[in-house]
Amino acid sequence: MKLGFLVDLNLCMGCKGCEIACKVENNVPLSSWRLRVKYVDIGVFPETKREFTPLRCNHCENAPCERICPVSALHYLENGIVNIDSERCIGCAGCMMACPYGAIYMDPESNTADKCTYCAHRIESGMMPACVVICPVQANIFGDVDDDTSHISRYIMEHQGDVQVRKPEKNTNPKHYYVGGGNQSLNPLAYERIEGYSLFDKITHLEHVGNPNEGVIDRFLKPFTGEEELDNTSMMDWKGSSSSEGGH
Amino acid sequence: MESTIHATQAVVTLDVPIPQIIWGWMITLNMWAKSIGTGAILVGAFLLWRHKKEEMPNIRWAMPLIALVFLIIFLFFTMTDLHQPYRMINIFTHPHWTSAITVGAWMATLFLILVFLMTIIGVGQELPGKPFKGCKLTAWGSKKGALYDKLYPFVVFLAIPVTLYTAIIMGESSARELWQSPTEVMQMMWAALMAGSAALILISGNWSSEARRDLAMVLAIATFFSFMMYMGEYFFSFKSAEGEATMQYVHAGGPYNIEFWAGMILGFVIPFIIAFANMRSDNKTMLRFAAILSLIGLYMAKDVWLKIPQMLPLS
Repeated sequence: MKLGFLVDLNLCMGCKGCEIACKVENNVPLSSWRLRVKYVDIGVFPETKREFTPLRCNHCENAPCERICPVSALHYLENGIVNIDSERCIGCAGCMMACPYGAIYMDPESNTADKCTYCAHRIESGMMPACVVICPVQANIFGDVDDDTSHISRYIMEHQGDVQVRKPEKNTNPKHYYVGGGNQSLNPLAYERIEGYSLFDKITHLEHVGNPNEGVIDRFLKPFTGEEELDNTSMMDWKGSSSSEGGH
Repeated sequence: MESTIHATQAVVTLDVPIPQIIWGWMITLNMWAKSIGTGAILVGAFLLWRHKKEEMPNIRWAMPLIALVFLIIFLFFTMTDLHQPYRMINIFTHPHWTSAITVGAWMATLFLILVFLMTIIGVGQELPGKPFKGCKLTAWGSKKGALYDKLYPFVVFLAIPVTLYTAIIMGESSARELWQSPTEVMQMMWAALMAGSAALILISGNWSSEARRDLAMVLAIATFFSFMMYMGEYFFSFKSAEGEATMQYVHAGGPYNIEFWAGMILGFVIPFIIAFANMRSDNKTMLRFAAILSLIGLYMAKDVWLKIPQMLPLS
C-alpha cells in the first residue's frame, strides 16, 4: 500500500476549508501551517486569472527529510506516510533544510519539527484526512496509488498528461499529485512575492522560527522552570514579523 | 499595478508568511569554529612532519589546546541551536546512520575526546612553568608522552572526515541547491587549512622562521584556492534556476553583496598577498594581521553562503 494525494486544481476554488480543517484536526498553532492554500494572480487587468494551490507535505518515496533526520524522528509508515515523532525530535531543523517543498515547520509550542502526516491517526481508524472530508468540491483525492482500482489511481489514469508533481528534478518521488497545475502554481520561482500585494496582510516572511517569545537560554532553562502553557493569546504577542523583505 | 506587473508575470496575492533564516549565525559560528578546531590539527601535523618540534616549542600543547577550545565552541553552538538542546542525547541513543548529522556528531565527539587527551598530555608535559601543578589530570598526562605520539596519527586521520561532514549535511539539505555541489567538500577543506594556519600563526611568535614560512605558504595556498572556488560559484551560478535565483541575493547588491565582497577581500585577497610576501621575508606582525583578517573574512563568507539559500521561497 502506498497512500497518495491528488489535488485537482481545476476544481479548487481557494475556500481554504482544508487549511482550517487541518488546523483544527491537528491543533496546529498560530503562525504554523501543515497545509496552506496559496493564491497566485496572473496577467494584467482586465485579463487576469487567479490560481489556488493547496500545499502540504508530499510524502516522498525518497524523502530527504527522513534521510537527514539524525534520530529517525521522521520515519516511514508501512502505508508510505512519512510520519514524525515529536517526542524524539531534537529540533535541529535539518528536515526544514532538506525538504524541497518547505512543508516542515518548527512547532512553536513543542519546539519540535512538525508537518502534515496525511492525518495518520484518522487513517488508522479508517477515516479520510480532515482536508479531504471538508473539501466542498472534492478537489482533494486521497487513496492507495498502488491499487489500480482506487479512486486516485483511476483519476491519475483518466488525466494522463495533465498530472504533475512539484520539483520532479529533486528525485524525491513525491506521492502528491496535481491535475491542472501550471508553472505559476507549482514553481516557486515563477512568481513574485511583493510586499503590499497580499490581500489580507503585508507579511511575506516570518523572521522567527519556533516560539518567538522563547530565547535560546529559555530552551535550556525550560526543564527546570516548568513548561509554560502557551495559548493563542501568547502567540499573538510576537514582534518583528513585519519584515521588509519581499523576496524576489 | 498594470504598469509594474507584466502579463507573463505572476504575483502571490495571498499566502502565509514563510520562515526566513532558519540556520542563522550560530550555525555560521559552529562551522567557523570547527574549521579552526580541525584545521589546527591538520596544519600542525604538516608542520611536525616538516620540522623538528624544537623549532616550534609550544606546538605540542598549544595546538591541541586551540583545537579543544574551538571544538567546544563548535559543539556548544551545535547544541544551543537545537530547539530541544537536551535531546541531543537522542543522537547517541537513537542514531539514524543515513544522516550526516548523526555520523558527524559521533565522529566529532570521538575527535573531541582524543583532542582532550592530547591536550592533557601536551599541557602536563610541556606547558612552561607547569601552572597546573596540583592537577591530577595533567600529572597523569605528563607521564603519557608516548600515548600522545600514538594518538596523533588517528586524530589527524579523523580530522579529515570531521572537517568534511558538514559538506555532506549541506549535500543532504536538498532544498538548498546552492549547497548541492561537490565543491562544498573542497571548500570545507580549504576553510580548515586556512583557519588552522591562521590560528597557528597567532601562536608562532617564537617559532623558527622556516616553520612560519610554511604556515604562510599554507595560508597563501588555502586563501588562493578558496577564493578561486568562491569566484567559480559566483560566476557559474547559472547552472540551475534555483542556484541563479539564490546568487541574486549577492549579485543584485544589498547587505549580502557587501558581506560577501568584504569577506572575499578581507579574508582571502589581502591575507593571500601578505602571506605570499611572507614566504620570502618573515614579518611576524603582518602575518598575524593576515591571520586575523582571514578568520574574519572566512566567517563572513560562510555566513553569506549559509543564509542566502534560505531566503528563497520553496513553495
